[in-house]
Amino acid sequence: MGGTLGKRGVHTGDPGGAHKGDLGSCTWEAGGAHLGGTPRGLGVAPGGLHTLRGGCSWDPRDAHTGGLQVGLHVGVPLPHAWGCWGVSAPCIQQGHPQCACHEPVCNWEAAGGVPRVGPGRPPTLTLCPQWPYCRKHCSYCSFNKYVVPAVDEAAVRACLVREARTLLRLGGVQSVTSVFFGGGTPSLASPHTIAAVLEAAAEAAHLPAGAEVTLEANPSSASPTRLAGFRAAGVNRLSVGVQSLDAAELRLLGREHTVDEARAAVEAARGLFPGRTSIDLLFGLPGQSLEAWARSLEAALGLCDDHLALYQLTLERGTALEARVRRGALPTPPQDLLADMYHTARAVLAAAGFRQYEVSNFARKGALSTHNLSYWRAEQYVGVGPGAHGRFVPWGEGSQQREARVQTPHPDAWMREVQSRGHGTRRRVALSPLEQLEELLALGLRTDEGVTQQRWGRFSPQLPLRAVFGGPGEAMALQQQGWLLLDGRGLRCTPEGLAVLDSLLPALLCQLQRTAGTGGRGTEDAGGQGQEAAGAQGPEAHGGQGMEAAGRQDTEAAGEQGTEAGRGHGP
Amino acid sequence: MALGSRAASWWARLLSPGPGVVPRGPPAWLAVGLAACRRPYSSGGKEKIDMSTYPVESIRNFSIIAHVDHGKSTLADRLLEITGTIATTDRNKQVLDKLQVERERGITVKAQSASLFYNHKGVKYLLNLIDTPGHVDFNYEVSRSLSACQGVILVVDANEGIQAQTVANFYLAFEAQLAIIPVINKIDLKNADPERVEKQIEKLFDIPVNECIRISAKQGTNIEKVLEKVIEKIPPPSFNTTDPLKALVFDSTFDHYRGVIANIALFGGEIEKGHKIVSAHTKKRYEVNEVGILTPNEQPTDKLYAGQVGYLIAGMKEVTEAQIGDTLFMHKQPVEPLPGFKSAKPMVFAGMYPVDQTEYNNLKSALERLTLNDSSVTVHRDSSLALGAGWRLGFLGLLHMEVFNQRLEQEYNMSVILTAPTVPYKAILSSAKLIKEYGKAEITIINPAQFPDKLSVSEYLEPTVLGTIVTPQEYIGKIIVLCQDRRAVQKDMLYIDEHRVMLKYLFPLNEIVVDFYDALKSLSSGYASFDYEDAGYQAADLIKMDILLNGNPVEELATIIHCDKAYATGKFLCERLKDAIPRQLFEIAIQAAIGKKIIARETLKAYRKNVVAKCYGGDITRRMKLLKRQAEGKKLMRKIGNVEVPRDAFIHVLKRQPDK
Repeated sequence: MGGTLGKRGVHTGDPGGAHKGDLGSCTWEAGGAHLGGTPRGLGVAPGGLHTLRGGCSWDPRDAHTGGLQVGLHVGVPLPHAWGCWGVSAPCIQQGHPQCACHEPVCNWEAAGGVPRVGPGRPPTLTLCPQWPYCRKHCSYCSFNKYVVPAVDEAAVRACLVREARTLLRLGGVQSVTSVFFGGGTPSLASPHTIAAVLEAAAEAAHLPAGAEVTLEANPSSASPTRLAGFRAAGVNRLSVGVQSLDAAELRLLGREHTVDEARAAVEAARGLFPGRTSIDLLFGLPGQSLEAWARSLEAALGLCDDHLALYQLTLERGTALEARVRRGALPTPPQDLLADMYHTARAVLAAAGFRQYEVSNFARKGALSTHNLSYWRAEQYVGVGPGAHGRFVPWGEGSQQREARVQTPHPDAWMREVQSRGHGTRRRVALSPLEQLEELLALGLRTDEGVTQQRWGRFSPQLPLRAVFGGPGEAMALQQQGWLLLDGRGLRCTPEGLAVLDSLLPALLCQLQRTAGTGGRGTEDAGGQGQEAAGAQGPEAHGGQGMEAAGRQDTEAAGEQGTEAGRGHGP
Repeated sequence: MALGSRAASWWARLLSPGPGVVPRGPPAWLAVGLAACRRPYSSGGKEKIDMSTYPVESIRNFSIIAHVDHGKSTLADRLLEITGTIATTDRNKQVLDKLQVERERGITVKAQSASLFYNHKGVKYLLNLIDTPGHVDFNYEVSRSLSACQGVILVVDANEGIQAQTVANFYLAFEAQLAIIPVINKIDLKNADPERVEKQIEKLFDIPVNECIRISAKQGTNIEKVLEKVIEKIPPPSFNTTDPLKALVFDSTFDHYRGVIANIALFGGEIEKGHKIVSAHTKKRYEVNEVGILTPNEQPTDKLYAGQVGYLIAGMKEVTEAQIGDTLFMHKQPVEPLPGFKSAKPMVFAGMYPVDQTEYNNLKSALERLTLNDSSVTVHRDSSLALGAGWRLGFLGLLHMEVFNQRLEQEYNMSVILTAPTVPYKAILSSAKLIKEYGKAEITIINPAQFPDKLSVSEYLEPTVLGTIVTPQEYIGKIIVLCQDRRAVQKDMLYIDEHRVMLKYLFPLNEIVVDFYDALKSLSSGYASFDYEDAGYQAADLIKMDILLNGNPVEELATIIHCDKAYATGKFLCERLKDAIPRQLFEIAIQAAIGKKIIARETLKAYRKNVVAKCYGGDITRRMKLLKRQAEGKKLMRKIGNVEVPRDAFIHVLKRQPDK
């Protein structure tokens, strides 16, 4: 994936032999639950062998659940010379026009060993493969999904596998902590495809045996046989798209399953994935009454396992349902009714022993989805598949800057790109340290734990949470009004505040921008270089994909050429 | 006030898009052999017309007056054609309605004049067509233009008949004791009923039926007859070349290269290059650089003589130096100034702000350039906490305001926020302390913040206008209700024929400045016409109304209104604000108050739930964009107590609703 491959063709070289980095100085796990002590290997160098010394555990998670394999991982030599990640960063700094892996001066050891910048090399990430196909369009759905007569599953599978491999290596992580198959309707894929992607993940990084692997399933493609197949493929958690337990509502939503099918699917799932089955429900449908919603909830409680996701219906532009409401054919649900529905659901689920660990997610007996939590904790994730989104540091490229990435939305275009260059990244935007903090805030406050002091400190070691929000200002006023709490644990919403979070966030962002703007030098350090990541400057170099690239404002640097050029013009 | 647009006029197709632009090509009717387009001023090298060959006996000075869209410009075109005026001079004419706004609206804002040469019964005549602005907002300018004339052509549409503006224009001419030639236009139309219109003219204006000329300006029918009547019926000016110079300034324009070009009518004496002249109004002295006639572009001549009409360039730098109605005379030969001069008096005020404050300087320079050509707009710097830095502009009337705004947008590409118009109120002070402070007992109030308390005032005054409405009779009932609702007092009601009625009402000006014309047009399906003239001030029970958000007054929403209208206006403002202010974390009381008394209230409920339901991988980027935009917006919000009011909400409430 590095900048050199396009021009140099096959590169099997070793950028200077085995690298020995002393990561004892790494502050990655600052204040986190450090379970280290064991030297852990770092197994992603291509053709090289990196050993680590010192006590850094590399584990980003607050609660380490263990199970990580320890030892040396030997990177798989790639057919294309991806492996100059350790070299290119110092090379850029020295202003080389090209990353010349062969030059000793670019050897990272020669340049001072492990880059000392920021939080260090992020060790884990989560994987989000997307299956973009559906059998039918639902009336409310605005996702990137396609209904096609026939899917060339073998081709899609090969591309998913290949892109997963490319991007995981680019992420340069030690292990994948969870996988979530989304879509589309991933339960339409064959278990074989699911297995292939998981194998690829295990191969490219490391997929611990206990890692959460969730599959979204529609009741219409969740027969016990299929579900058993998915379990055999490695899936260990199921999220069933029930949406409603009312026949009329299901028709309004354009779902292809019946209430009975939904019930049967959930029961089958619970049998196969006991304690790890979730169901999705929608509320706030046009014409839905508070009573109807309360009845649905009751029915759902009788059916569900230990995890529920309750989503207020968002009428997205471009959907059939939204058009009907806009035309006046269906009523707009009144604001106050939606609030009543939401508060009713919270009360009913609390009484049934559920913890609302996020705005729309409820769990009991500790059945939280670690995958979803990782989004709200602003951890790294790699999106694979058409239209998938990702957030990670392309460490494998030598960058230390977190990027927002989007894959090409249309499956055919995406496949062509993956086939020609190993991935279909359509857009990559470097996230500035401030932007990372903004995301952390906006996402973290959605959870009941909020943004913890430790997590904040990891993104912003120089400017602690209290320095930003502790003084007089918006956060203090919101605390006094009872919407927010800031204490030793961190910053979080009160239950009342959570319901109106979207009114709190603009104020908090203002305060953050103000403080980080004046005293925020620390945050710059946290993110490494300036805002302009090398790759983000690349020209739109898509070759045959130029047409699809047109019209995007953000920098496109998906192709190797783009990356190459970006480096050439880098700082 | 919008007077509606008419179908693209003849000129619209021919004329270039705006002033200062080199015209695209010659008029279609001159197409043969015309190749070059020259700038209007490049008339050098041409043989100058000897104006001394036109003694006063062979001069006729006249105007065409008409209701909007009755065919004034088309008739003017025909007159220019038939006299060969355009064909014998430069081709690149941008005569009459040359502004985009004029062409779109079918109105004349900036008058243009033209000298026509015409042979009749072996005599060479010089006919000066003095154009006038077509609306009473420019009443004063119309009256000055008319004072340079001895007669008018009154054009009435054979289909629509007499309309409100026809009446207003007739009386202006009548009071100036001008000869009036009634012309019934558009007789080619299917629904034309010239007989009915002739009867209306007889009934209303006391002009015998047989004096009306039936024409079709569009088809050129009977145009010669109009010219004959002009020569026969309109008397020549009775001025002497041997008298001292006395010249009326009846219009002026600003040229970036040559300074002010003043249109003048000579009431006595003669004028030529090198003469030293003085303005009676400013007392400033100038040396004449150039004189000439308008054909309709400037064509220099050696001299101008008494009774003639033309232009003068004399080193004036600003249009305020050549004010309409001013008298020019020869240095050291002062004359009695011509009567009727007065400075422009704004009747309607509105705040103007750039949509984006970074555009302030651009807007400022656009305003400066536009007012160069329109000295009747008054400009005062103003600033609003909500809308930022801007200006309070005074206009002659509503149409004037609209035209000005439209010219800013069209000619200077400026997008502005124009607040709802207000009128200048007056107060007679009773408090000795305040009288001393102001130095006078009667003060004019433009800004509600300056509204003096009732206790220190013996009387408040509001401006009034006399409105004329001409309507088919079936709408009378609705129109009377509308007028009463606007606090108007009926002064006259006359059937001008068996179907049409003319109503006269005395209106408080503030009752018609916002939406009266639209209301009238919509309830009469577009058939009623309206015009008004200044009618002085009258005592009025005025009060200042405050708008409160959770008990805190919003300065920029305070208004001065008549006490009869307080409840309705208060309710309206509160409702509009409720729609415009986003819900917040707490309940907001929106109230209208007079002093301490609350007269209207709306309640904006607090948000109970607004957190977005889904926020996963793909949603995050979109979500962050929205949040950041909201955070940016928050920085621009105006805080009234703890209530955040977005600028858009002020715009929504303060902005004039565009006329439809």
